[in-house]
Amino acid sequence: MAKSHKPIVWGPFAAGGTFAAFFNPVLILVTGILVPLGLLSGDVLSYTRAHEFAGGWIGKLILFAFVALPAWHAAHRLRITVHDFGVRADILVAVLVYASAALATVVAIVSLLAI
Amino acid sequence: MSTKRTITFEVMRYRPESDAEPSYQTYSVPCEQEWVVLDALLYIKDNLDTTLSFRWSCHMAVCGSCGMIVNGEPMLSCKAFLRDYPDVIRVEPLTNFPIERDLVIVMDDFITKLASIKPYIIPKEERKVEQGEYLQTPVQLKKFKQYTLCINCLLCYAACPQYGLVPEFVGPAALALAHRYNLDSRDNGRSQRQEIAASHDGVWECSFVGACSEVCPKHVDPAGAIQQTKIASTMDYFLGFLQGGS
Amino acid sequence: MSRKPYIRPIPKTSWYMRDGRYKRYMLREVTCVFIGAYTGVLTMGLLRLSQGKEAYEAFLQAMNTPSAIVFHILALLFAVYHSTTWFNVTPQAMPIMKGDDFLPGKVIVTAHYAGWAVVSLFILLVVGI
Ligand code: SF4
Repeated sequence: MAKSHKPIVWGPFAAGGTFAAFFNPVLILVTGILVPLGLLSGDVLSYTRAHEFAGGWIGKLILFAFVALPAWHAAHRLRITVHDFGVRADILVAVLVYASAALATVVAIVSLLAI
Repeated sequence: MSTKRTITFEVMRYRPESDAEPSYQTYSVPCEQEWVVLDALLYIKDNLDTTLSFRWSCHMAVCGSCGMIVNGEPMLSCKAFLRDYPDVIRVEPLTNFPIERDLVIVMDDFITKLASIKPYIIPKEERKVEQGEYLQTPVQLKKFKQYTLCINCLLCYAACPQYGLVPEFVGPAALALAHRYNLDSRDNGRSQRQEIAASHDGVWECSFVGACSEVCPKHVDPAGAIQQTKIASTMDYFLGFLQGGS
Repeated sequence: MSRKPYIRPIPKTSWYMRDGRYKRYMLREVTCVFIGAYTGVLTMGLLRLSQGKEAYEAFLQAMNTPSAIVFHILALLFAVYHSTTWFNVTPQAMPIMKGDDFLPGKVIVTAHYAGWAVVSLFILLVVGI
């Protein structure tokens, strides 16, 4: 039996899952709830501050991790979830989910480099 | 003064010579307080219906042959105490396996898979008897001891939805045993076992539902063994790239 | 006597309804929909940020609609469920041997929860709560 190539997608899945477990709740809380509701004193997500943060290399790296790692985690898990719900089209689903994760990764890189 | 409790058993029956599909048969059993489900089945067999078929042997959670589904949960019927159950108990053969007859399942698939992962020590060095035994420290033993406790009862296979959906999946107990020998300091057979364990039908068919470890009567934790194998296989894979191999 | 093993059918699209632990598993798997969608939101934010002040401020406006906020509250709940289910199984996937014995699973799980709390509080302090 041939060794599987699953590690290529499982590695990012596991790394992204760990990363998302630590960071996503607080990120969602801040960007999706506290800031829109105006519950934070400072203007953390204002254009000036966000632009400044994404301007530096450390900021770029952090923002890239926030997007890319959970993207690959979600993509791989979605592939399995779709199978679990009874859809038997694994190759098609795999292409779609990984292509989406790749798209998010590329858009993040291009956008960050342009800032 | 009687301490007996009457319990209704709904037992799945399947007689291949006459039945097209399984059905339930109901038995009313006067049970002693300290009985387990297996005792009640033996009572049925001895007193009510001699045609009921089921496997059992040791009656003490060691032989691994009396696994059944009791009220929806994979259990060793010798460990399923009646005091923990209501007055109606449903007993079925282990899920995910073909039924041979009544509560007896066909386990050939598991036996083939178990053999395929080479569940025995493939020694690092051949030693002659005069050279003495292979030595192992307590810490080296501790690393894999938990996985040696498996009694091949197949409760984990009955609990695993992926095995039910994808019958090619090597499955929990066999993969846990592969891990057990891989971790053994005297063993050198990991690359041979990886042929199966790291294949598509090996650990990669597992989505870590974790049910296997929850139902295991011996706390083997096959789910843990499989995740550890995934991590190790992923390391192998990427290290292989770095070294230019495949 | 000839054999005639009976194979019980498994419903491919509803097998998980049979057992509470299967349902909890599916709930865990579905968290990926929210993690993925939120990643989409963040990606969009970065794209808009790179397109200049106006584009970015329109993005912030869109984040301030009731439906966006409801989405994020849901996403937060699912993300927390993802975190707990992920941390709770770490001792199984990554047991740690210390000296002659395994570290108790509880210690590993607690360490992860503590790390999670520290990271979250740190970020909240940085953004100035
Ligand atoms: S791993 Fe546990 S449940 Fe599975 S066969 Fe072995 S003892 Fe039984």
